[in-house]
Amino acid sequence: MATTIQVTVNGKAYSHDVDPRTLLVQYLRDVLGLTGTHVGCDTSNCGACTILVDGKAVKSCTMLAVQADGSEVKTIEGMADNGTLHPLQEGFREEHGLQCGFCTPGMIMTSADLLERNPNPTEHEIREALEGNFCRCTGYHNIVKSVQYAAKKISNQEKVA
Amino acid sequence: MIPNKFDYHRATSVDEAIRLMAQHGMDAKLLAGGHSLLPAMKLRLNQPGVLVDIGRLAELRYIKKEGDSLVIGAGATHDDIANSDMARSTLSMLSEAANLIGDVQVRNKGTLGGSLAHADPAADWPAVMIAAHANIELRGPNGSRTVSADDFFTGFYMTALAEDEIITAIRIPAPPKGTHSSYQKFMQPASRFAIVGCAASVTKDGGVCQKVSVALTGLSDTAFRASNVEAALTGKKLTKENIAAAAQAAGEGVMAMGDHFASEEYRLHLAKVFAKRALMAAAE
Amino acid sequence: MTNYIGKAVKRVEDKRFITGKGRYTDDIILPGMTHAYIVRSPYAHARISSVDTSAAEAIEGVVKVFTGKDIAESGINGIPTGWQVNFKNGDTMKEPPHPLLVSDKARYMGDAVAIVIAESREIARDAGDMVEVEYEELPAVADAKKATEAGAPLVHDDAPNNMCFDWELGNPKAEVDEAMSKAHHITTLEFVNQRVIPNAIEPRSAIGHFEESSDKYTLYTTSQNPHLTRLLMCAFVLGIPEHKVRVVAPDVGGGFGSKIFHYAEEALVIWCSQRLKRPVKWTADRSEAFMTDAHGRDHVTKAEMGFDKDGKIMGLRVKTYANLGAYLSTFAPCVPTWLHGTLMQGLYTTPKINVDVTGVFTHTVMVDAYRGAGRPEATYLLERLMDTAALEMKIDPAELRRKNFIPAFDGVKQAGYQTQVALQYDSGNYQGVLKRALEMVGYEKFREEQKAARKDGKLLGIGFSTYIEACGIAPSAVVGALGARAGLYEVGQVRVQPTGKVSVYTGSHSHGQGHETTFAQVVADRLGIPMDDVEIIHGDSESVAFGMGTYGSRSLAVGGSAIVKSLDKIIEKGAKIAAHKLEASEEDLEFAEGKWTVKGTDKSVGFGDVALTAYVPHNYPAGLEPGLDFSSFYDPANFTYPFGAHIAIVEVDQDTGKVSLKRFIAVDDVGNVINPMIVDGQIHGGLAQGIGQALLEGAVYDENGQLINGSYMDYTMPRADDLPSFEIDRQVTPCPHNPLGVKGAGEAGTIGSTPAVVNAVMDALSPFGIKNLEMPLTPERVWRAMNS
Repeated sequence: MATTIQVTVNGKAYSHDVDPRTLLVQYLRDVLGLTGTHVGCDTSNCGACTILVDGKAVKSCTMLAVQADGSEVKTIEGMADNGTLHPLQEGFREEHGLQCGFCTPGMIMTSADLLERNPNPTEHEIREALEGNFCRCTGYHNIVKSVQYAAKKISNQEKVA
Repeated sequence: MIPNKFDYHRATSVDEAIRLMAQHGMDAKLLAGGHSLLPAMKLRLNQPGVLVDIGRLAELRYIKKEGDSLVIGAGATHDDIANSDMARSTLSMLSEAANLIGDVQVRNKGTLGGSLAHADPAADWPAVMIAAHANIELRGPNGSRTVSADDFFTGFYMTALAEDEIITAIRIPAPPKGTHSSYQKFMQPASRFAIVGCAASVTKDGGVCQKVSVALTGLSDTAFRASNVEAALTGKKLTKENIAAAAQAAGEGVMAMGDHFASEEYRLHLAKVFAKRALMAAAE
Repeated sequence: MTNYIGKAVKRVEDKRFITGKGRYTDDIILPGMTHAYIVRSPYAHARISSVDTSAAEAIEGVVKVFTGKDIAESGINGIPTGWQVNFKNGDTMKEPPHPLLVSDKARYMGDAVAIVIAESREIARDAGDMVEVEYEELPAVADAKKATEAGAPLVHDDAPNNMCFDWELGNPKAEVDEAMSKAHHITTLEFVNQRVIPNAIEPRSAIGHFEESSDKYTLYTTSQNPHLTRLLMCAFVLGIPEHKVRVVAPDVGGGFGSKIFHYAEEALVIWCSQRLKRPVKWTADRSEAFMTDAHGRDHVTKAEMGFDKDGKIMGLRVKTYANLGAYLSTFAPCVPTWLHGTLMQGLYTTPKINVDVTGVFTHTVMVDAYRGAGRPEATYLLERLMDTAALEMKIDPAELRRKNFIPAFDGVKQAGYQTQVALQYDSGNYQGVLKRALEMVGYEKFREEQKAARKDGKLLGIGFSTYIEACGIAPSAVVGALGARAGLYEVGQVRVQPTGKVSVYTGSHSHGQGHETTFAQVVADRLGIPMDDVEIIHGDSESVAFGMGTYGSRSLAVGGSAIVKSLDKIIEKGAKIAAHKLEASEEDLEFAEGKWTVKGTDKSVGFGDVALTAYVPHNYPAGLEPGLDFSSFYDPANFTYPFGAHIAIVEVDQDTGKVSLKRFIAVDDVGNVINPMIVDGQIHGGLAQGIGQALLEGAVYDENGQLINGSYMDYTMPRADDLPSFEIDRQVTPCPHNPLGVKGAGEAGTIGSTPAVVNAVMDALSPFGIKNLEMPLTPERVWRAMNS
């Protein structure tokens, strides 16, 4: 029994019939072709599939596509603004916050939720906020610096604006 | 990773959800935040034929004061509670516990009602609700009833909730003046559930413990009130020594669980440590 | 002058990763693609009485179910191993078959029994539940040492006592025994270097695509090593012609060793695709990855080190039982032997060493290389012995090391250092890294703090590890003599395009290491052109001539050197073209900053001009071939030997036994550095994995061979809030035998860090008289030790 859903993903409206058991991450990857959101586990721990739903970080492997009906979804593909990288994307590149890149989209999306709540987090707060995102490459050292870079950049932008 | 096939119904009201549950009987499961149910379904540990989605019922998602009581809708997320000044000022252990659940993504979706209904023996909320003397409001085809948190958790993943009932709200009575609380948790390092969690609230008058409420989770098949700890401390001066002595009673006579992270013996030891820590923090 | 080498150039590859445009295997969708689900044994050891696929095949959308019987009847071979180690008596190691799907017996929990191919992932998964397998459960053994004992259940009938091989290296045992008998003090440790699970965040995935029209096969796979996978799969398993097979390892989400090996699923999807004439995709769930990815470590060891009364090491005796799992994975026999035994010299002048290793089959998933591969095990053993001996002999652990260090040598003016265990170290300055690490930690001040803290009931500890590793793997003749069934050279092709842009094809594979940046820095500097003019291509057997892949910290030392060899050929040929254009003699030219100049004049011709001439050879040297495109094989002269000093500071909570890592100092010498930012990143990641093994990680098999912590709910991965920021620094002792002077940085962090952390915890616990605890140092283990 397929269910019709309407979602806005990265600013674009979609309507699809989906099998209710379709996970949101499968919908994004398989139906919309947004493969930037990754699947790293099946127990809702690793955070590779993190996206923003109505502005908040969620694990898209632990949400059915039907639950997202009517929601605003943002994925890594929607972070850059007309080709200008989001400060977090820039920060991850500047501070070498990624290696294999597999956890990176999830890391960036969770960090976006953090900076929305807490624009000037301490190192401790960043590490706590990222407890639901695993990285096997970086030892998290440069991920922390990447988030700090973005926080600083956003606050400078706001000062100018 | 792939759940079994099921039928999906989104309820537009609590009453409709109750009707749908009654209609589908044993085969149906309620879906709120989905953060207990969906992981189990992805591993096919749980294979319901019907899901009734109550995840977006506004009538279940609120935190408010009603008279002296704090009332939290069953659909409030852990994150809602973590950020609620009303919850924090009522009993700070509410926000402490909320902040220690899972990770931010889990807290953004997981709900209080869902956690209580799931009754994972290592979940944080059950201990907090017992220590808070919470009453859990249930509604079913035959109307509403209230069960105290003390009576709600009946065993390993078992509660007083009937098949056709829904948790609608959690009502926490205003604590007496001079009450402080704390939730202290020793985390299972992988899942981040509690190996042992202790919720304590202490009502202090002139350095003396007028009233104390202590509950433990993670230790055995269900969260429970540590009455012996309460008895050992009530009426006593809140000195470090008295608290430590009372905490020694934590876990006494309990059939503790054991796994590769923590044996029975170690869990029982941790119960004392974390009872002491929670009481110390609450008594400060 | 260099413009790029030595600079923290931002990574070229990042743009696609930070915008969600990386292309990993599971991202690929091919027209007509089917999906596979593999039915696996829930038992560690079971006889398979029957497999009934009829209910599964009756489901709409199921294309086909293949079983072990189909595989057996097809006559194809099992998965081979790439390394042969012999018994001490000269007998060949036991090498039992490893079928793609088993038909008679399952030998580990997760052994593949059947494969369901369906129109969708969902249908395949549903149908998987409908495949009815009857098992007769048999007794199992998971522990390596127990597996060799009399009466232990046998994994393979033709491997008595479950022994794959026994092996020794170093001085004759009698000589070592004699040295030890004269020792003033002997420190003995018995421990398990526990099994850890690599857990690259991208689960393994493979797509097989057979095109009947051209009789060609394409395998997309999560591999560190596409060419070797092609070779093994074609020549040893499926018997299909190698030139008809393309293996693509696109973006790969981490490997850490676990994606070096040729896995059964790769051959299976190709075989199924050939049968069904449709593409077949398989992607592991994490639970499946836990059960079936090759694990790492798992040694049961007794190690003894003898000292004279001044603390000089007199001898080292080691006995290890190495768990190989149920079948032999690609490099499995090599890891506990030639990558482990050869490291027993460490940084010390130990005169007599004997290491004895028994390789053992058990009813567990295969064990093979995991970041460090054999070298972390050796380092753990040595460095734990050093700190334990220091405690026992009441000598400061830093001082004990200094007493025993091999003196500094550069490998040029001073010869390399010949060890007792087959290697010749290339260059080293071991005092230097320890000195720097001690400065960084503020050693004396820490000891005072520690004393004061103890008075307040706070348990602080400091632990050391001074390590060496052998990487840049490896000289083919040497490894061939040691049992390798392949050469371990690398291939680098530099193709200068007519416009002067440069395409570089490397047999190395990047799955996080940043080859597209580091290699481009080398190329751009050598040719004197902008980095933007250089493209690094890797991971596709159809574009890259050949390759041996990425592991053993070999990419830059071996793969980079192959590229340099080709660059030298480009510059040499370019000089001929330039000389012709400048009407000068080749000997009068010098090449710098991207142009050939007649020495002492301002007459020059640029790289782009020469490139164009090479492809439009109208006015061209007689007899010279057109084109500017060279390929080289680089076979290293020796391993490279990075080393370093790591120091950990921990605090132990006396109430709970929980260990907190307060600081971690690492001073590493990985030779010359091309991109310091990337090298630092490699060190950081390595440290986290080594620390993870010390404190958090460990596969747990029960007595029935059930993996009981096969999920992230139960297996503790290091998270951001488990770790501090690291304090790292570098010393540079160039490698004397490769053109870049580089040694390799991929594994150093993991190799050095584990014993430093454990040593720190033992130091913190020394007031309790505790000397040795098993890893991971979980709170309960530590608490029990304090309370026993």
